[in-house]
Amino acid sequence: MIRTVFAIAAITLGVTAAVAQQDPIAARKALMKANADQAKIAVAMIKGEAPFDLDKAHKVFATLEDAATKAPALFPQNSIDQPTADDPYSASPDIWQNLEDFKARFAKLGADAKAADASVKDLDSFKAAFGNIGKNDCGGCHEKYRLKKS
Amino acid sequence: MRKLTLMAAAVALVCALFWVLPIPATVPASALPPHAPDIDNGRTMFNIGGCASCHATPNKDAEKVERTRLGGGLALQSPFGTFYVPNISPDPADGIGNWSEADFVTALWKGTSPHGRHLFPAFPYTSYQHMELADVRDLFAYLKTLPPVSGRARRHDLAFPFNVRRLIGLWKVLYLHGGPFRPDPSQSAQWNRGAYLVNGPGHCAECHSPRNFLGAIVASERFAGGPSPDGKGWVPNITPVGLQHWSKEDIAWSAKDIASFLGDGMNPAGDFAGGAMVETIRNTSKLGAADRTAIAAYIVSLPPRQGPKPPPKK
Repeated sequence: MIRTVFAIAAITLGVTAAVAQQDPIAARKALMKANADQAKIAVAMIKGEAPFDLDKAHKVFATLEDAATKAPALFPQNSIDQPTADDPYSASPDIWQNLEDFKARFAKLGADAKAADASVKDLDSFKAAFGNIGKNDCGGCHEKYRLKKS
Repeated sequence: MRKLTLMAAAVALVCALFWVLPIPATVPASALPPHAPDIDNGRTMFNIGGCASCHATPNKDAEKVERTRLGGGLALQSPFGTFYVPNISPDPADGIGNWSEADFVTALWKGTSPHGRHLFPAFPYTSYQHMELADVRDLFAYLKTLPPVSGRARRHDLAFPFNVRRLIGLWKVLYLHGGPFRPDPSQSAQWNRGAYLVNGPGHCAECHSPRNFLGAIVASERFAGGPSPDGKGWVPNITPVGLQHWSKEDIAWSAKDIASFLGDGMNPAGDFAGGAMVETIRNTSKLGAADRTAIAAYIVSLPPRQGPKPPPKK
């Protein structure tokens, strides 16, 4: 039994790693999509359209932290993507001109998300922490390194 | 012989017109009635006007730019060449410290410098001409309270014939008219405030509209989006055509969404704005909530307009 679990875990890990290696663009888009899905949950709670749920709030920050950890490896040199029908955005070539800064931003996002995860306790603290990350980390990086193509 | 005389007269008339029409217009000091400046209102105009976004001394790290040090120097790429934004700090030698109030009103309303030269419309006086006189004067008073910064920006690097300032006079004949904002009495005070902020100081249409080959906004597609001025990306359509089909999830923006977006940069799908809009939100987030709500009330009332098609998707 334990062997089977390990085997499945190993295969899953292997597949994930292989996918990441094969197609970093798809992998990083999936991470950003996961962030956006969490952000939508966050927005609904902040706007009072959904009741505040502390577990959901933790999940938001955990997802952001996870993305911040995985993302830097998914931008190999000049891996510029083309916009698609359902995604008008693409990575800016400026990323590889300023790779240190780009990676530092993910590190900061990870640290901010971790701190927010540790400190969030109610709607007000959630609002403040999420707003700060959104404006400075998400917005700041999108400003410099994300292009809208359509 | 008579034919020749007529022709010569016609040529002379055309030449005279081309000589007279483009003469830079000014606002004389005598046109300015007594005014007690309101510095707080000047700061509001500074924020909605986005002055800092172009005129603040650039920093590699956008978050570290000091919004009130207006030393200029930012390079603005355009299809006509590169503009280098001038110093508008109160420095008397390099900035606008020696400008009179009339000089300042002339620059914003007429696009004319104190030396009587045409300013390039990269400085969005096509929008600022709609500002109320009192707001322009309050803005001038506010700018005077900011720290002087020395140093001048380098000269614009433009291709011929776009570097001939005299020709801007003809451009103005075609595209600079309207004068100060006239409220629409059939609309609410809030809508009128929004319309004023958007079309006057806020100059939203300057980026959110396509431009023709002379760099002027295509009036029939105002607010319908288009290529970004630097040519790198695409600026979205903010008429209902764009805001209702914002994403594949088909999230329609409400006025409340727009007001909140201008405050924190987060759109209804939970995505955070990118590109030049991040800088714009640094400005709009400093406005009062009532002004953001007014902008939103006006934006959702825009007539639906189809803009140019973005480049094909792959």
